[in-house]
Amino acid sequence: MSSEPKSVNDANMPPLVSMRGIDKIFFGSYANKGVDFNLKRGEVHALLGENGAGKTTLMNVLSGIYAPDAGTISIDGRDVSFRSPRDAIASGIGMVHQHFMLIPALSVWENMLLGMGGIPFVMKKHEIVARIKELSKRYALSVDPEAYVWTLSIGEQQRVEILKMLYRGTKVLILDEPTSVLTPQETRDFFVTLRVMTEAGHGVILISHKIDEILSISDRLSILRKGEHIGTVNASGVTRETVAEMMVGRVLRPIKRPDSERHGPTILSCARLSARNDRGALSLSGVSFDLAASEILGVAGVVGNGQGELCEVLTGLRSLDSGEITLKGDNVSLCTPREFIRRGVSYIPVDRKGMGLVPNMNLKENAALKRYWKKPASVKKIFLDWEYIAGLTGELVARYAIQADSLASPVRVLSGGNIQKLMLARELSEAPSVILAMHPVWGLDVGAAEFVHERILEERERGAGIMLISEDLDELMELSDRIIVMSRGKIMGTVRRPRDATKEEIGLMMAGESMEATR
Amino acid sequence: MDILIPMLAAAIRSGTPVLYSVLGEILTERSGVMNLGLEGLMLVGAFAGFAVTQSTGSPYAGLAAAFLAGVLVTLIHAFLCITMGANQVVSGLALTMFGGGMSGMLGRGHIGETIKGLSPFRIPILGDIPLIGPVLFHHDIMVYISYILVAALGFFIFRTRPGMNLRAVGENPRASDAMGLSVAGIRYFYTLVGGGLSGIAGGYLSVVYTQMWVEGMTSGRGWIAVALVIFSIWHPFRAALGCYLFGGIDALQMRMQAAGTSIPAPLLLMLPYLMTLVVLTFISIRKRQGILLGAPASLGNPFRREERE
Repeated sequence: MSSEPKSVNDANMPPLVSMRGIDKIFFGSYANKGVDFNLKRGEVHALLGENGAGKTTLMNVLSGIYAPDAGTISIDGRDVSFRSPRDAIASGIGMVHQHFMLIPALSVWENMLLGMGGIPFVMKKHEIVARIKELSKRYALSVDPEAYVWTLSIGEQQRVEILKMLYRGTKVLILDEPTSVLTPQETRDFFVTLRVMTEAGHGVILISHKIDEILSISDRLSILRKGEHIGTVNASGVTRETVAEMMVGRVLRPIKRPDSERHGPTILSCARLSARNDRGALSLSGVSFDLAASEILGVAGVVGNGQGELCEVLTGLRSLDSGEITLKGDNVSLCTPREFIRRGVSYIPVDRKGMGLVPNMNLKENAALKRYWKKPASVKKIFLDWEYIAGLTGELVARYAIQADSLASPVRVLSGGNIQKLMLARELSEAPSVILAMHPVWGLDVGAAEFVHERILEERERGAGIMLISEDLDELMELSDRIIVMSRGKIMGTVRRPRDATKEEIGLMMAGESMEATR
Repeated sequence: MDILIPMLAAAIRSGTPVLYSVLGEILTERSGVMNLGLEGLMLVGAFAGFAVTQSTGSPYAGLAAAFLAGVLVTLIHAFLCITMGANQVVSGLALTMFGGGMSGMLGRGHIGETIKGLSPFRIPILGDIPLIGPVLFHHDIMVYISYILVAALGFFIFRTRPGMNLRAVGENPRASDAMGLSVAGIRYFYTLVGGGLSGIAGGYLSVVYTQMWVEGMTSGRGWIAVALVIFSIWHPFRAALGCYLFGGIDALQMRMQAAGTSIPAPLLLMLPYLMTLVVLTFISIRKRQGILLGAPASLGNPFRREERE
């Protein structure tokens, strides 16, 4: 194989991957409908689309996890039919899933070998470790082969996943939202690795919804919308706006954030908060900040750097090791979750179906979850006033335009966007004074995300203090009045003018550099 | 010494049937399938071993039949839990009742009948070592095989490729599937082998230990085995330790009953469960200290490839 990427793609050579007319149906609805896709040697090909557009489904078909209901796949010009991931791997297809497919209880080198053929019955650890070291040097993917996976950071685990694919001679590497767990700097290193791979003749498929990033690294883009292939374009010939329009099907509305700086008095004040995570490790240490009324305080950081624990501490769900929380002048450090709710703290957790709502209970029951114990939902302390609850739920459903067959249908049958709307409706219905919103638009399509952002801004106008926890720097810089950046349970710095800051600065803090002095 | 050596030897003999069952269940649970039907499987194995030994005159044929009977009955559990994705606890409990009823019904006319089973023999050289010889090496062939099995499984699970695949499937079937392992195939294999070993455990009771058939003769050893799997933290070496500890307690309570002491035997028989509680507490303390230890992460969870999370 030539090392010159240009000559790798001879006009008469078949594409590395060619998928034609792929259909995949889940419960009677099309996740993919007649999708065509092809990948050339030595290219980075991005697969773009909103959540639910069918990107991951299409790639699960290519990697043998789902069997397509119609359509054909060929690799290097030969028709293939995968009955399991094993077949796909044998044809050189390797996928790095958004939720990593690693076994935490095994070491890195053991994870490498999983499911591979040609390994002797008794494994020769030294040879394997040496080969991993060689690969990790060649592709600039540093990792300790003998470490247990559960001890690694998310970034390291991603490198293990990529190495795992390279170890078994993958020709086509599929990466599902790979940069969502990386800092901007880590992302740049990661793109270098991708280029080393394509220069060696591999093909890379990148699933993403971050348009800017995709335009900078990809050679071509294919866009999916509602399960259908909208088009394939060269990255050099398109703008951000045209791609966004292809993804969403309409022109995007920019967020209209009032530039007023009318902060009210401080309502929430945290002093040197420290707390432990479920494993007992210190995951918040000495976190101090104030939140004012009519302020949106952005919290930036890579997932798992203490943001979740911070929210739990501020809602009474996790006990403090030390520190003090003051809410509207009262010390609430030892309060129970219900006490926090009573005092007007609303929480929009990232785990909507696990922590936010009860999926098997219906809309009415879920709407009443945070008020069933008090009047008027509760009658004489032990009975529920269903008539009142139904009225309230109906009102919320109408006001938030929630699509549901009936108020009595279980929440689990709603779409992701409607689930989030219902939770928002419940959390905002009692005019809270503090709102903790964790990744509030994660997994939502553009329309629903716009709606959520508008509601958050309305709450700011009303006078609520809002903490917006997100990994999406664009979102944070667009909406926040201030941003604090967290890394390893500490606040690395505060950005006072988010719209003048650069992603580079915030990225350095996310990576653990203290920048308090610069601003 | 005169009391200690026979006591320790009795501990080994009494612990051996439980050990077979525990080793089998370790394999089953390492693959992510929980089988709470050990008590029933042991009873079926015990009766099959007894019946085949009685009719053929060969205790080896009896033990082979016990293994096969264990495998066959476990096939029900494997089909329900792996292919159909049924609740493993319910299916396991059903297996216990099925095994008890089945063996009781088939063995109705044979209660108390005796057979000629396996006899102990001394291993040359090893058997002559003072203390260790009489305790460890004056037994029947099944005890010696169990020593080898413990060592072999300890090596197999942690050092070999199929052993690693076994652990992977029990920890994260979705990832294992994505890496090309056959989750259902691996789970079927180890669930059936595990059931077969419980069958042998029962066969040992009837063919070697008592050399007769008594209805319900396992008297709770299957449940002790379930508890000892947790005690062992899913490791064959600690399993051997736990089983011999149990065997020691069992031997002790028999002797104490014979000597007519005032400590009630059931109190001593509770000890294995107490040990299990202590280990469970230990595991959760370690977990809080950030050390991953304990049950295979997806133990008890059925796996379906196309189910979306």
